[in-house]
Amino acid sequence: MISSVDKTCPLTFASVDPDAALKAVVGKKRSEVLAEVAASGLKGRGGAGFPTSVKWNLAAAARGQEKFVICNADEGEPGTFKDRVILSDYADLVCAGMTAAAYAIGATRGIIYLRGEYTYLRPHLEDVLARRRGRSLLGPKILGKDGFDFDIEIRMGAGAYVCGEETALIESLEGNRGEPRNRPPFPVDTGFMSRPTAVNNVETLAWAACILANGAEWFKKHGTEKSTGLKLFSVSGDVERPGVYEFPLGITIAELLRHVGGENAKAAQIGGASGHCVPASQFERTIAFEDVPTGGSVIVFGPDRDMLEVAENFLEFFVEESCGQCTPCREGSRKLLEGVKMLRKGTCSMKYLRELCGLGQTMQLASKCGLGQSAPNALLSIVEHFKDDILGRTPQAV
Amino acid sequence: MADKCAKCEETRAPKSQRAHEIVAPAAADAIGAQVSATIDGKEIKVPIGTTILKAANELGVHIPTLCYHADLCIAGVCRVCVVEVEGQRTLQAACAYPITQPIKVHTHTAKVRRARRHILDLLLSEHYGECYACGRNNNCELQALAKEYGVDYFRFGHPDKPRFETDTSSYSVRRDMNKCVLCRRCVRTCIDLQEVGVLEVARRGAESKVVTFEDKPLADVVCINCGQCINRCPTGALTEKDFTDEVWAAIDDPTKHVVIQTAPSPRAGIGECFGLEPGHALTFEMNTAMRRMGFDKVFDTNFTADLTIIEEGTELLLRLYKALVEKDKSVALPQFTSCSPGWVKFIEHFYPEMLPNMSSAKSPQQMFGAVIKTYYAKKNNIDPKDIVCVSLMPCAAKKFECNRPEMCDSGFKDIDYGLTTRELGKMIAETGIYLPDMPKSDFDDPFGTATGSGVIFGATGGVMEAALRSVIELVMGIKVEDLFDHADITPIRGFEGMRIAELKIDKVGPVPDILKHLVPNWDWLKGATLKAGVAHGTANAKRVLDDIKAGGKFSECHFIEFMACPGGCLGGGGQPIPTSPEIRAKRAQAIYNEDAAYEVRKSHENPAVIELYEKFLTDGPCGHLSHKLLHTHYTPRGKFIG
Ligand SMILES: Cc1cc2nc3c(=O)[nH]c(=O)nc-3n(C[C@H](O)[C@H](O)[C@H](O)COP(=O)(O)O)c2cc1C
Ligand code: SF4
Ligand code: SF4
Ligand code: SF4
Ligand code: SF4
Ligand code: FES
Repeated sequence: MISSVDKTCPLTFASVDPDAALKAVVGKKRSEVLAEVAASGLKGRGGAGFPTSVKWNLAAAARGQEKFVICNADEGEPGTFKDRVILSDYADLVCAGMTAAAYAIGATRGIIYLRGEYTYLRPHLEDVLARRRGRSLLGPKILGKDGFDFDIEIRMGAGAYVCGEETALIESLEGNRGEPRNRPPFPVDTGFMSRPTAVNNVETLAWAACILANGAEWFKKHGTEKSTGLKLFSVSGDVERPGVYEFPLGITIAELLRHVGGENAKAAQIGGASGHCVPASQFERTIAFEDVPTGGSVIVFGPDRDMLEVAENFLEFFVEESCGQCTPCREGSRKLLEGVKMLRKGTCSMKYLRELCGLGQTMQLASKCGLGQSAPNALLSIVEHFKDDILGRTPQAV
Repeated sequence: MADKCAKCEETRAPKSQRAHEIVAPAAADAIGAQVSATIDGKEIKVPIGTTILKAANELGVHIPTLCYHADLCIAGVCRVCVVEVEGQRTLQAACAYPITQPIKVHTHTAKVRRARRHILDLLLSEHYGECYACGRNNNCELQALAKEYGVDYFRFGHPDKPRFETDTSSYSVRRDMNKCVLCRRCVRTCIDLQEVGVLEVARRGAESKVVTFEDKPLADVVCINCGQCINRCPTGALTEKDFTDEVWAAIDDPTKHVVIQTAPSPRAGIGECFGLEPGHALTFEMNTAMRRMGFDKVFDTNFTADLTIIEEGTELLLRLYKALVEKDKSVALPQFTSCSPGWVKFIEHFYPEMLPNMSSAKSPQQMFGAVIKTYYAKKNNIDPKDIVCVSLMPCAAKKFECNRPEMCDSGFKDIDYGLTTRELGKMIAETGIYLPDMPKSDFDDPFGTATGSGVIFGATGGVMEAALRSVIELVMGIKVEDLFDHADITPIRGFEGMRIAELKIDKVGPVPDILKHLVPNWDWLKGATLKAGVAHGTANAKRVLDDIKAGGKFSECHFIEFMACPGGCLGGGGQPIPTSPEIRAKRAQAIYNEDAAYEVRKSHENPAVIELYEKFLTDGPCGHLSHKLLHTHYTPRGKFIG
């Protein structure tokens, strides 16, 4: 069960037959498919952890002549590379998951929004799609079922991290600047081309296929009550064995670090740039939606890391990647970065640091999308847990 | 749904440049369904989909805004309007949050107040500008918010030098991006409201900036100078190009004879510069004030508005005659009005192939300049080179128009300076005059007596109404009052973006003397139905032009009035700020009231106009001299400027 893809051990995905998923689906009513996913307790693997069945139910209930399923393969979170592995090795499972979603919500068109840097995967994915069309797993009357028409096309992302946010992704698909929309309305009501749209992460869709093939009970054997199932992790940083791993949700950070050879870490950034920085003193916490949530990125910091440098790197990322439409994120990220630079130089007063932390909270509350809402997370947790790293620097000449 | 943004729905702007729209969830469009909202403890029932902001307004609860504007699609970007919604982890933008289920909202909790304060501090931390030296001092939404939220120091710093060079390339709009707060109202104005699309946000994050195509100077892109973006900019980032110093210098120069003409719309708006409610016309108070300021003569642009009607109307009749009697297929119909310089530049850029439809008549502003520096100069024995012609206009594009190289038919620059309502307001204030208290006085001769028809040029449909009044009397030989009560041609009034009115010519009268040399009789018009169209705002203009190309109902019109600005000139880019549909409606009412008060309300009855044709333009409307002085030509520009 515990494996590293960059090594040779197989993932659970390898043991699941994607065709079994679709065969099971066409034998069921839509409501039964939705019920199976609901029973599994599957939550979104893209980061937000939204219950997949709720999303699908809303999209199924929404009115619209045409509906869409979008596979979010933008994988832009720093330190995340598990979707790449899934797409290159288990693309059929992802397609089966999309097709099942389409069946459940009544969609006829699917789109894989593929990260620009993954363009090299496109020919492979096109092959998979073509093969599936040939086998009646895509196209009109899938597996001979009347009224079950669905096909998938691939669209390329253009490199902005924010385009992984589902409404920005949709804007980008529509040919606009990739900027998050006002929500509500949500994509399940008013998504791509103003049609009801279910946007799901690559991994979510792959697990959905597994659940439909093997049953909800099979899936729930792992994980916690609120965070069911297994999850892929992209582990990087100061560890002996970086790579893609599969662990049950609810695993403690300490245990995860043992598996990857990162026992002496000083801190772990769980959830990428937008996640939280957990200090060694809290490594007994669990990775789960109810404790430390993640979209799968674990970045490990060894004992010699300068945590302020870590914060600076993350904030540089956000200053660069903010779409720039809303004030808290656009200007706030810039102020936080300036503040970290002042801290590194030893020129930031305690008073100003408090002011910046307050600003960080405002960004969390008032930004328009998840990017700005999470941009201050890393800094705030570093300030909270690594006071010694931050304070007491003497002013430097530079 | 109540707050579904109709403008977003209708707009044909490229999708990439639209603001994000609010669309109700499918579950919400049960028409008329009501939902309850509790805001700061007060309860209200509103139609599903109403925004929190709107509901709060109805309850009298004030929520501050910055990127929100009543004329524009919702952007939800400044986040100044955030409020706490019970059950939501994050704060929500009141302007963008549609109420679809019962909610409880708190508008001034500690979190909210702190967030607003932070947002203002952040905006100010990148805002370079000194209020004392800013065109929007005391009329600036950023400044007002800073006051409202008690900003007492720049907690995140304040820039001490500019980041961008000010763009002064345009005759009409000055852009100082150092004062820009990235609310994107100008972007939305230009693309959603006007469908011109000159402005867009470029780059990302902290590098974001409102730019033109390739960040070129505004004068080198397809900007039509309408100034609508100025009227909606909350700060001093966009202002008109100011010519008040030049005008003062002329006034102060004893060798110069400085005359000013005033268009109808400024008088309906200028009171707002002095704190009056919209809708108070101060025509005659303004005359006194301008004399006290030192203008030598104060004229009414309505005189040339009447002249425009005669020239443009004659041109139309000639086109119709050629088309109907001489069966000349080359005649371009419908004829388009040409008094709105924003509209003129719009068609030059975007529909150059339709320029033959444009009336060759100059705008009233330019006609006036040409008449002043010829007829008036001669009549009063003044050397035209010593005359400085100033015009008071509701318009930013008039500044560009008077600087068009072809506008020199008098042998001099016909109009030297175009001032906006706002600029004159400022100059009056500088003189220490409180305008509403001025005694009233009349316009100067020889153009003194204008008509009501000239006045209504300020409102959308006004040119058409004026033209129809004259056509009815000159062609049909009857009184307008016989057809329409009080000569108010109400079918052509209103604020709908595009309208058509029809006039059946069921009888004809004798050809009046003034037109005798052009047509033998009107018999060829008998039984015809004259179709007149009206469009205001270039977005509507675009629709009308496309409809004509597609052979739609506007292609059957004979004459179409186009105004670049929503609402017509009374909503012009030089009018007092703020603007909103309600404010424009009140200004329109002021204009129609003034029209009703005139004794002479038809252009062709204006005695000064009659005298001009008798004494000066002796070969009549569209005659040789009028062609030289009162008509012009256009420049096909296209969309790409080298
Ligand atoms: C700034 C930002 C970037 C995001 N990037 C991704 C991404 O690369 N891949 C992804 O699956 N979800 C990403 N998300 C989350 C998506 O908005 C969305 O929640 C997700 O695709 C839903 O799928 P799920 O429910 O299956 O997790 C991002 C969110 C934000 C705010
Ligand atoms: S939070 Fe940042 S990325 Fe999100 S909308 Fe605002 S500026 Fe854009
Ligand atoms: S834009 Fe407003 S805040 Fe800025 S300098 Fe001008 S008046 Fe002051
Ligand atoms: S003046 Fe008019 S056309 Fe020019 S940028 Fe402003 S809104 Fe656009
Ligand atoms: S120029 Fe004015 S209207 Fe345009 S974004 Fe800046 S502040 Fe807003
Ligand atoms: S006024 Fe609501 S976000 Fe700007």
